[in-house]
Amino acid sequence: MSRQHTIRDQAAVAGIGQTRFAKGLGTSEYEMAVEAIFAACEDAGISPREIDGLVRYDMEQTDEEQLLAVLGNPLLRFFAGTAWGGGGSASVLVVAATAIAAGMAETVLVFRSRARGKHSSWGKDPKQGGRYWEKLATSLPGLNQWHVPQGLVSAFQEMAMLSMRHRIDFGTTDEQYADVAIAFREHAMRNPNAVMRAPMTREDHHASRMISDPLRLYDCNIETDGAVAMIVTSVERARDLRQPPAVILAGAMAAGSHHIRLSTLFERPWDEDSPVRVARQLYDMAGVKPSEVKAAMFYDFFTSLVIIALEQYGFAPRGEGGPFVEDGGLSWRGGRLPCNTNGGQLSEAFIHGFNNTTEAVRQIRGTSTSQVEGCDLVLVAGGNTDPTGAVILRRL
Amino acid sequence: MARDAHLTHDLPLPQPSRDNAPFHEAAKRGELRLQRCGACGRFRHYPRPVCPHCLSRDYAWERASGRGTVYTWTIVRGPTLPAFQDKLPYNVVDVLLDEGVHFVSEVLDCPPEEIRAGMPVEATFVPVTDEITLVKFRRAG
Repeated sequence: MSRQHTIRDQAAVAGIGQTRFAKGLGTSEYEMAVEAIFAACEDAGISPREIDGLVRYDMEQTDEEQLLAVLGNPLLRFFAGTAWGGGGSASVLVVAATAIAAGMAETVLVFRSRARGKHSSWGKDPKQGGRYWEKLATSLPGLNQWHVPQGLVSAFQEMAMLSMRHRIDFGTTDEQYADVAIAFREHAMRNPNAVMRAPMTREDHHASRMISDPLRLYDCNIETDGAVAMIVTSVERARDLRQPPAVILAGAMAAGSHHIRLSTLFERPWDEDSPVRVARQLYDMAGVKPSEVKAAMFYDFFTSLVIIALEQYGFAPRGEGGPFVEDGGLSWRGGRLPCNTNGGQLSEAFIHGFNNTTEAVRQIRGTSTSQVEGCDLVLVAGGNTDPTGAVILRRL
Repeated sequence: MARDAHLTHDLPLPQPSRDNAPFHEAAKRGELRLQRCGACGRFRHYPRPVCPHCLSRDYAWERASGRGTVYTWTIVRGPTLPAFQDKLPYNVVDVLLDEGVHFVSEVLDCPPEEIRAGMPVEATFVPVTDEITLVKFRRAG
């Protein structure tokens, strides 16, 4: 791939902001979005009126008009969305950088606000908070018609099927799942914003109830309320703003299989699935090897999927993600690859992956509560069972 | 409003469409029928208008053997939808059919601890409504 005319080194994250994270905040997604957006503008040292671009998850409920109405009617001249939920959690930065590189916008807002706690539901629509899968129609026109009537009703059960196959193929173990859960919990214990801060032992992990074999409660992400926002701008402008820029060195997206379509997912070769396709493009554009990356923020919806992501992004050979996480392999201090140093979605909060992206920015700035020494390159990946995307951030 | 009022209580079922009607018609007759490519002869599932292997749009709905092996599985222990609450814990399997395609279903009359990858299974048909018969599996001898 030619490195000319790409998004390489064109844009940077200049501001980050967030709400408090909790199991239930008792406030609306709109109000949380506004709080996080204002905090990100303050962090960058800009007025909300300077925002001229917007990239949101296409599931996001706070829309362009609602934003104009609270941000002082800024001249929003570029707006786009990324599809596939968590799969699009890093792609939002790819699209923002694309807009900036093409001159379509200069100051791009990216955000996600979510009332996700099971008691944060405020209506019948699956997008109105709470657990989407509990609010399905009873006549299914979509491809979930091949799963749900058989009792496979939710993403965590589909992830269980995928994880079980990884165990069948490679002998991945409960011990290795616990290694991931404990590493991220230890990171959360150092992070005052994390929701889950009680120590977790190996015994605690194994004693947590089985949800859908082989996944236990402590293998699953937590359900929380909260919002996270970012200001992305040109590298040139970022230099003049308040914070040290986190430069988007490279970014890539690729369509691939999706967990609500297991029949086609299992029909395709693993090395043509979306994360592997993303990884090839990403390292090529960045001109770096996985071994040069200092920390990674994976989309940790389940412990087992982090193990699989390590293989897909080239940190471990196929089938060796399990051994990679053993003996503190993911720890912020001395790990083979420090991962999800905020505690991730397993222990900090579940803001559809975007809380992991702000942690990547903190690692580049040197302000993480579990700061990796000399952290000048960080990989952030979207959900690895969806069409997805990833970025590599670097210090200026 | 109570959270419960928003939940799906009835069993969700496939909505018959132009894409999948021949599958459901066959299931009502106790047959597993899948699309088979008229050019390269390979089967496919889910229903779609093009062969994923050779891109031919020529196909027919052909009867499959209904035999296969368990490729992967889970035991759902909850939470789940209210419609499945009473049967917890229950299995869900991905069956690799002898025709080379994957099919998500359930192995009936098989206790959770006896589900194994590679287990041979064969299709069985469970009528649910006048329109919909679900394709399930049983252990094969």
